[in-house]
Amino acid sequence: MESIKDKVAIVGMGCCKFGELWDKGANDIIIEAAYEAYEDAGIEPKDIQAAWVGTLNETAGVTLSEPLKLNRIPVTRVENYCATGHEALRNACFAVACGMYDIVLALGFEKLKDTGVGGLPVGRGMHPVLESRRTAPGTFAFIATRYFYTYGLSPEEGKRTIAKISVKSHHNGSLHPKAHFRREVTLEQVINAPHIVWPLGLFDCCPTTDGAACAILVRAEDARRFREDPIYIKGIGLSTNQSLPHFEPGIDWTGFEMNREAARQAYEQAGIKDPRKEISLAEVHDCFSITELINYEDLGFSPKGRAKEDIDAGTFTLEGDLPIQPDGGLKSFGHPIGASGVRMTYECYKQLQGKAELPQRQLKNARLALSHTLGGPPQVACVFITGNSLG
Amino acid sequence: MVGIKSYGAYIPYYRLERGEIAKVWGGSAMYPGEKAVANHDEDSITMAVEAAFDCLKGMDSKEIDGLFFASTTSPYREKQCSTLVATVLDMGREIRTADFADCLRAGTTAIRSAVDAIKADAAKSIVVTAADCRLGFPYSQMEHTVGDGAAAFLIGDSDVIATIDDCYSISDEITDVWRTDEDNFVRMWEDRWVIMHGYSENVAEAVSAIMKKNGLEAKDFAKAVVYGPDLRSHDALMRRLGFEGAQVQDTLFTTVGNTGAASAMIMLGAALDEAKAGDRIILASYGDGADAFILTVSKKVAKVNDQRGVKGFLESKAPLPSYGKYLVARQLVPLSPTAAIVGRGSATVMWRTKNWVLGCHASKCRKCGMVTFPIQRVCYGCQSKDDFDEVSLSQKKGKLFTFSLDNLAAVGINPPIVQSVVHFEEGARFYCMMTDCDPQQVKIDMPVEMTLRRLHEFGDFHNYFWKCRPIREGGA
Repeated sequence: MESIKDKVAIVGMGCCKFGELWDKGANDIIIEAAYEAYEDAGIEPKDIQAAWVGTLNETAGVTLSEPLKLNRIPVTRVENYCATGHEALRNACFAVACGMYDIVLALGFEKLKDTGVGGLPVGRGMHPVLESRRTAPGTFAFIATRYFYTYGLSPEEGKRTIAKISVKSHHNGSLHPKAHFRREVTLEQVINAPHIVWPLGLFDCCPTTDGAACAILVRAEDARRFREDPIYIKGIGLSTNQSLPHFEPGIDWTGFEMNREAARQAYEQAGIKDPRKEISLAEVHDCFSITELINYEDLGFSPKGRAKEDIDAGTFTLEGDLPIQPDGGLKSFGHPIGASGVRMTYECYKQLQGKAELPQRQLKNARLALSHTLGGPPQVACVFITGNSLG
Repeated sequence: MVGIKSYGAYIPYYRLERGEIAKVWGGSAMYPGEKAVANHDEDSITMAVEAAFDCLKGMDSKEIDGLFFASTTSPYREKQCSTLVATVLDMGREIRTADFADCLRAGTTAIRSAVDAIKADAAKSIVVTAADCRLGFPYSQMEHTVGDGAAAFLIGDSDVIATIDDCYSISDEITDVWRTDEDNFVRMWEDRWVIMHGYSENVAEAVSAIMKKNGLEAKDFAKAVVYGPDLRSHDALMRRLGFEGAQVQDTLFTTVGNTGAASAMIMLGAALDEAKAGDRIILASYGDGADAFILTVSKKVAKVNDQRGVKGFLESKAPLPSYGKYLVARQLVPLSPTAAIVGRGSATVMWRTKNWVLGCHASKCRKCGMVTFPIQRVCYGCQSKDDFDEVSLSQKKGKLFTFSLDNLAAVGINPPIVQSVVHFEEGARFYCMMTDCDPQQVKIDMPVEMTLRRLHEFGDFHNYFWKCRPIREGGA
């Protein structure tokens, strides 16, 4: 098995303004993200030889071919729950790495705000009765209940701990011009918000949002022909769980083996031994504040059961040792499912290039960036590591 | 001698004070006490299942030759319910099943049919279930009187706790209390005529006739278990027949309400809860005629003691705090959806997965012993393929491993939904909703039991599946 490290580079990216885009359709946000990426890479639409589109709810590659008029090139729709955006990038990487194509496009999007009701739908169609009233917060709240219990946090202490994560991410999002939420919140606001699913309150949940993000990928050896500061792929890990965790005997609901396995694969490829020290910034899946907390531990940033110490110490703030969600994460950008993995990578790309929009959110000396999605009930995890230099 | 081998009951967890009805409509309560109200996820099938499990506790359901289901509120107009109940009970295929419907005495008629089948040597034992959840028109007398509940009796010819010595039936064509094929709420003609020429005349005739036939008088009975549509009519009939004091079995009118086709059987269960060997019991029910039975309690009555019985289910209860919650429980008002529910119904999927959907079967790997729900062909633990035994979790108790109180999921029902992961001693985990509980009292590690409930109507049929609930304390 070969590592993907330094075989592929991203030479252009685009990201639409995320939000409740009542006046825009999927085609509009796709065009916005793709044309920013073309311009960033300095290419024309006709230069694209193949494309991958990640979307949970829409079907087929034509959802991309139609708005972008892609000259009958091969376009494939991919879907892997919340890792869908990452999956588009991952397949695009393999396509250029093997040499079949030279310039490819990966785009993720979701148009969620056309359903008439808030939040994601209730239930899931895998079997008529197995998950008939399952909701995303209903499931992720299982983690909070069990984590608090396992590590001896009272519900009040637990809620206060995860509230700090939301306060941090809202702050970061307030600095990002493309974020859905651009407002700071206080700890008390978060703690006292109404419960969506106890123990998770309104501010523990990411919003339902429309968005799209896009990347242009080439082989690493060609990258400098496009730009001075390409971003290189260092490692890609993907792990799928063999059962719905809800029914899986023995799991502890305070972290997930698929998370640890995806990280292990990516770290091994990237040659990362101590992620806490070596990673400069991370965009981890924060559909809910508790999800971000367990990701700190599963990805090796905090010791198991001790994320609270790092949260209390401010380790993951913009000024901390390891800034996490420097753009505000899903908490501020929402989670248009297909878009998220690509949107996270967009932040990694900009930070690694030193091109964050505002100086106050530009991280210093960023070398290696990690993005991570955890999808489904959860049942799939992806870790995608990028860097700004070869080797 | 043919008789009752075992019995069980089911009374829903929630009760509505009749005063709550009066509060809404004005005036004072027409009757004292409270009535039992099935939750929004219950119907006559799920209540019959509960009563049957209570009845068959500790027994091998595969040894029973048949199952009857009696109700005037069958969830289906076309499709048998007894097959569904029998499948949940794991009874196998080589059994006789039948539904007895449309009549208030359907329960006792089913008992009589079981008795006849056993006497004819066509079966050794048959479990008879009866359940009802009738609706009275809002702001009507019937709204106060009807309650929800179920009972089950195992009828057989050996080891009986009470012999069924004689049966007597009369048939009477009368439109006194009815629902047409389009009615949801029970209709009735003028009550004075209904009681005089319907209920009282028919029951009195059947009871008098069976006593006369057997050379017995009212004083020869320890208990008179006689259906009563309301307190006053029942009292009057008992006096007319010469039953008094401790002889008269309480109709449970002030605690449960009139449970229709299940009513006389629930009353009989309550009588058996207290019965002594040698007690002679007269049982009578009403509906388009009347059925009457004479029973004698045997010495074995004391041995049947691990059921919850009527007593146990009566003790375990919680009040519905308002008439509004009653409307929600009985789904009498549409609730505003706050989120979209996605889902599908598929008769074929439900059919081929019925062992775990209805039977609650987990797979137990023959190689590594791992127990998983739902049934897995390839073992999680050791990946061995198609090498497992099926074990039912339906009657196992578990502990709550983790939970959440979900306001988003509770579209059109009663928020919040207690989303639950149950851990069984066998190792299996079970994701389900918790029902019949106070969400504020839910805690990790609390003991829970499984209960079959109606989940949704996707596919335009009733989809049943398991939920957990706090263990209902009470009884044995």
